Amino acid sequence: MSTINSDEVARLAALARIDLAPDEITRLAGELDVIVQAVATVSEVAGDDVPATSHPIPLTNVLREDTVGQTLPVADVLAQAPAAEGGMFLVPQILGEEQ
Amino acid sequence: MSDLTRATAAELATRLAACEVSSVEVTQAHLDRIGAVDGAVHAFLHTNTDEALAAAAAVDTARAAGEDLPALAGVPIAVKDVVVTKGQVTTAGSKILENWIPPYDATLVERLRAAGMPILGKTNMDEFAMGSSTEHSAYGPTRNPWDLERIPGGSGGGSAAAVAAFEAPLAIGTDTGGSIRQPAAVTGTVGVKPTYGSVSRYGLIALASSLDQAGPCTRTVLDSALLHDVIGGHDPRDSTSLSERPPSYTEAAKAGATADLTGLKVGVVTELGGEGYQSGVRASFEASLELLTSAGAEIVEVSCPSFTAALAAYYLILPSEASSNLAKFDGMRFGLRVEPTEGPITAERVMAATRGAGFGDEVKRRIILGTYALSAGYYDAYYGSAQKVRTLIQRDFAAAFAQVDVLVSPTAPTTAFRFGDKVDDPMAMYLNDVATIPANLAGVPGLSLPSGLSDDGLPVGFQILAPARADERLYRVGAALESLLLAQWGAPLLSRAPELEVNA
Repeated sequence: MSTINSDEVARLAALARIDLAPDEITRLAGELDVIVQAVATVSEVAGDDVPATSHPIPLTNVLREDTVGQTLPVADVLAQAPAAEGGMFLVPQILGEEQ
Repeated sequence: MSDLTRATAAELATRLAACEVSSVEVTQAHLDRIGAVDGAVHAFLHTNTDEALAAAAAVDTARAAGEDLPALAGVPIAVKDVVVTKGQVTTAGSKILENWIPPYDATLVERLRAAGMPILGKTNMDEFAMGSSTEHSAYGPTRNPWDLERIPGGSGGGSAAAVAAFEAPLAIGTDTGGSIRQPAAVTGTVGVKPTYGSVSRYGLIALASSLDQAGPCTRTVLDSALLHDVIGGHDPRDSTSLSERPPSYTEAAKAGATADLTGLKVGVVTELGGEGYQSGVRASFEASLELLTSAGAEIVEVSCPSFTAALAAYYLILPSEASSNLAKFDGMRFGLRVEPTEGPITAERVMAATRGAGFGDEVKRRIILGTYALSAGYYDAYYGSAQKVRTLIQRDFAAAFAQVDVLVSPTAPTTAFRFGDKVDDPMAMYLNDVATIPANLAGVPGLSLPSGLSDDGLPVGFQILAPARADERLYRVGAALESLLLAQWGAPLLSRAPELEVNA
């Protein structure tokens, strides 16, 4: 199994969209390395013949009538948004200037 | 009015139904108790005085008009802050949701309101339910009523402490790896994690969707059963909700209280005991086994060999699911938005700045661990292997329940520890859940009830596990052990907790 160093934490934090301060990256690298070493044993427990379980209780999907259910008033939803305008969420630009 | 806060929910329901007391009086007594002791305990993040009293008054009016009311009508309740409540602040213990007011109710909250139960307020928790001590709450920890220098367990330490400190007769918790049962154990209270899908998860702020389940936090087994009967049952808005109609858990608890366990086979899980468990915890557990034997139960030892890998599998599955679930906190639609101090203000950079400022250390740790476990090249070795371990754990449970009716273990390996003891050592903190995690991985129900005090004078929890969809066994066996213990003690264990200093 690999180890988690500061470069790896910085890469993962970028993927997870979390800004981290340099000291946070250093601390997390040490902590996550310990945790990953401890949990890495899972790969030695089950053989290839064991199927994976993603959900504790087996379920089959069901369909309902295609009718309107509970909805929320737009104003109630937008009231909790960081910014809203004209009945819509107001968000920063999606792409950078150069894109 | 202190007798009202000491009464069980069942007793309060009886007195309310007989019109000996009003819901406004009961609710006010608990609000007064919160005002008197919560400065020290900090079980609540928000209280809800006006709305609770209005709901209580509405029940009193309906009762006076002769309406037929549900069993717990007028009995107040506290709700963990991970459950959304329309019009009441809900933060999940995180700065990223500070002051957020949900526009809708969780299904279980709708059921509490329909049952006429005033909601006293929202209880403290580790941020997004990640933790075993409430030390990861962004709003400061909750303190254990047995010793204010010690942790109340987590993540639902607020709900357990509220019930233990007589601030609420009932509370709602959620349990992803032990967050109802471990706080119950260390505060001397009762907590139940129902079968996965027994209680709707609609309106719960999800941590790990294949593990999360809401359930009761109470002082007695019967009270948990009464509350489970209110919140359980199918909900079309939760696709994982079980469709079959549940039996009456209240009846199961009442039947169990006669303490006749003739013919019951109880399995002691070899892997959930021994090394790593405090001697005082083991002694209390073994004394309870003797009581079960005296009531006619047959005790056998059962091995569940894959349980030793449960903790490792859990700390891959949970962070993986959490990293995905928490992606919705992007600073766009609700909650905190933080703009970067320099450079272009793009959505992606706003999201990263918001999450960097809004999430606490443990949340960042688990999201990054989950991102790692799910990333290309590691997925099969980590997440894929963990899901195979899950299959093995389910097989262990199936084999065990082919031999016995219920499985038992200590709920937690230790009693309540001191603040700061484990907060800087994540793996040590994770080990608190070693006995509770297998149930979540397999979806089976579990109950913790107090079995006595350890040699350090702190409460010990006794865990009972049943097969999926057989929650009634928890209530039957739990009520039986509770009545045997009560006969031995002469008074509930909580009567031995130190009196909290009261602020006038």
